[in-house]
Amino acid sequence: MSDTPNPFTYAPAPQAADVVDIRSSYGLFIDGEWADPVEGGFRKTVNPATEQVLAEVADASKADVDRAVAAARRAQEEVWGPMPGSERAKYLFRVARLIAERSRELAVLETIDNGKPIRESRDSDLPLVSAHFFYYAGWADKLDYAGFGPNPQPLGVAGQIIPWNFPLLMAAWKLAPALATGNTVVLKPAETTPLTALHLADILQQADLPPGVVNIVTGAGETGQALVDADVDKVAFTGSTAVGKAIQRQVAGTKKRLTLELGGKAANIVFDDAPLDQAVEGIVNGIFFNQGHVCCAGSRLLVQETIAEPLIERLKQRLTTLRLGDPMDKNTDIGAINSAEQLERITTLANAGEEEGAERWSPPCDLPSQGYWFPPTVFAGASQSMRIAQEEIFGPVLTTLTFRTPDEAVAKANNTPYGLSAGVWTEKGSRILWMAQQLRAGVVWSNTFNRFDPTSPFGGYKESGFGREGGRQGLSAYLDVEI
Amino acid sequence: MTTLLPPGLESVPEPNASDAQLRRFLHGLPGVDQVGAEGRVAQLATRSIKNESKDWALDMLIRMIDLTTLEGADTPGKVMGLARKGLRPDPADPTCPPVAAICVYPDMVADVASVTNGTPVKVAAVATAFPAGRASLDIKVADTRQAVADGADEIDMVIDRGAFLSGRYGKVLEEVMAAKEACGDAHLKVILETGELATYDNVRRASVLAMIGGADFIKTSTGKIAPAATRPVTMVMLQAVADFRAATGNMVGVKAAGGIRSSKDAIRYLVLVNETAGPDWLTPDWFRIGASSLLNDVILQRRRRASGVYEGHDYVTID
Repeated sequence: MSDTPNPFTYAPAPQAADVVDIRSSYGLFIDGEWADPVEGGFRKTVNPATEQVLAEVADASKADVDRAVAAARRAQEEVWGPMPGSERAKYLFRVARLIAERSRELAVLETIDNGKPIRESRDSDLPLVSAHFFYYAGWADKLDYAGFGPNPQPLGVAGQIIPWNFPLLMAAWKLAPALATGNTVVLKPAETTPLTALHLADILQQADLPPGVVNIVTGAGETGQALVDADVDKVAFTGSTAVGKAIQRQVAGTKKRLTLELGGKAANIVFDDAPLDQAVEGIVNGIFFNQGHVCCAGSRLLVQETIAEPLIERLKQRLTTLRLGDPMDKNTDIGAINSAEQLERITTLANAGEEEGAERWSPPCDLPSQGYWFPPTVFAGASQSMRIAQEEIFGPVLTTLTFRTPDEAVAKANNTPYGLSAGVWTEKGSRILWMAQQLRAGVVWSNTFNRFDPTSPFGGYKESGFGREGGRQGLSAYLDVEI
Repeated sequence: MTTLLPPGLESVPEPNASDAQLRRFLHGLPGVDQVGAEGRVAQLATRSIKNESKDWALDMLIRMIDLTTLEGADTPGKVMGLARKGLRPDPADPTCPPVAAICVYPDMVADVASVTNGTPVKVAAVATAFPAGRASLDIKVADTRQAVADGADEIDMVIDRGAFLSGRYGKVLEEVMAAKEACGDAHLKVILETGELATYDNVRRASVLAMIGGADFIKTSTGKIAPAATRPVTMVMLQAVADFRAATGNMVGVKAAGGIRSSKDAIRYLVLVNETAGPDWLTPDWFRIGASSLLNDVILQRRRRASGVYEGHDYVTID
């Protein structure tokens, strides 16, 4: 019926990459200055969409970490701890504003280093990063009124270890509440995505943040271990459940406080009275946002049997419109998988799903020849016992299951070692509230998914971890208070 | 194409169904979540249309425009001038296509037809006591017949929003069917006046109701009520026509009318069409834009693509 077969194929719309200067080499940010690692190791970070090396980044050893912690200790005791909250707030507001002003540069850098589409780093990550600093800046001089009694005290020095899926956003989630409450920080970004945190160090310098208040040590697992072992008062970790358990063992018997934000296998539950077109959008956003590299991703779709077939049909049609490719193209919906290692894990689990008898489907899409890519994938006809229904895949892979009654939906949704998030799709308000009471998940979204706001606490049940980030509740993780 | 019927559309009622039957059917359609629908539209608005896809879009926009004047002060001279503009929007550039149609009040149809006869440009007339629709059915039918007799190729009717909002769906349906019959070979566009329907659920219901009645097109607005066309409303209507085709095999067009003034905004509508109803609707046969000032902006953007300069409104004609 068309004049010509769909001629409205969007021409490439690349975001300019020259808004950011990537240095060839990055040292460690300790005591307000850049320093080379004492034992001299560096590792390379690559653009996962092209496999090109972006820069070499220092590998911090135990000696570097100890130096960073000592700087943080001094800054906490002499400057940041004694400073009135109203003064700390000024620094944080300044940082928030500088991030907002330099958001395009940071978004581009995030996309280059992480592989996520520029649309997401520009429209989701960066606005949330500055919003988190703005929000917690506002708390810094109001801690007496946060519900923890008068004059709540900071813990001291926090060692924070963050993942590669939302590199700068996770840095903001960790740094903003810690700093607002008077703690100082040693932050370890993930080894595959260190660049935005290192550019944040520039912003902290630009904001005249006193030396030692934030120290950034790059490196892999050993650096993280060294940080957990160092003389810190608090360890905050976001990452895999396996590493979270190891950290918990490591700090057992010490006075160190711990918060863990770990894996998830969230159920996205669609009832037959749901707003269908929006539910389809919510399913897409739930699992294909950030290539599914989201701990709270809606990776298990639970559909009421009465609408399962037409809903899956609609979902598949919608998936054919997803645009996979160059993350720097403004029209890209699905970017690159962050690393070869992660691609391997996703591939293994997807193959396991097929071997176990689930029906695998992907829309027709060409994967680029360079870089790490995985097509959006849906498994229909899966059952609870399959690995794809149990294990966190952390990729663009959706497992679909069906249910008949609300009780069955709840039972299946809760039947997992995880408990980070869940979604409920129905036009019936009473059912939303009932489901929210029954679901053992830290966040329950209703008629939406993957919505974040600095005012809203986020965190898990069970093997998804403990402690809350965001909101008033997020303050308590960095204050010497019982909750 | 899906072989499964969209939920809620498994059994589309016959046009002679009772109010109660229609109510059960229309209220059984899937709901529209306002926040989610508007979020999706906002996300699609970030699509960046560049270079050759922009060239294609600008030409397609001109070909989709129903160039419109609906003023009490319209004169034969004014509508004939508009018709000439629609035939050759940019006389200096022979590659510039004509618009889809000239849209006027019924008494102006003959004047427009005197210019457009023998050309691909259609004559569209707003009939059925436009814009309020507050007249008896006889008058609405007579209004329609007159316009068709005078040479209208397309009739833009309004639904009775009072009847719709009070649940008298049968009356709305009856009027659509009567207008369709009065149209004969002329195409019927049914104006929902979404600015008065208040909810997206109502927009979806009115869309399906109009399609049951035989609409060739469903159209957002008269342009006389604010808000007129919005992208979320248009998206809901596009989803409704796609569902209706899946359920019945009948393809119905969509017209967004009123308030679309810039090329940038209009291209966002094309993106909506492309990514919701699908590329089958990306032709003037299935998607229209009712507008007056939009055409000049598209012409200026077209010239800018050629020359690199946006010349400004003194370089295009006001008709």
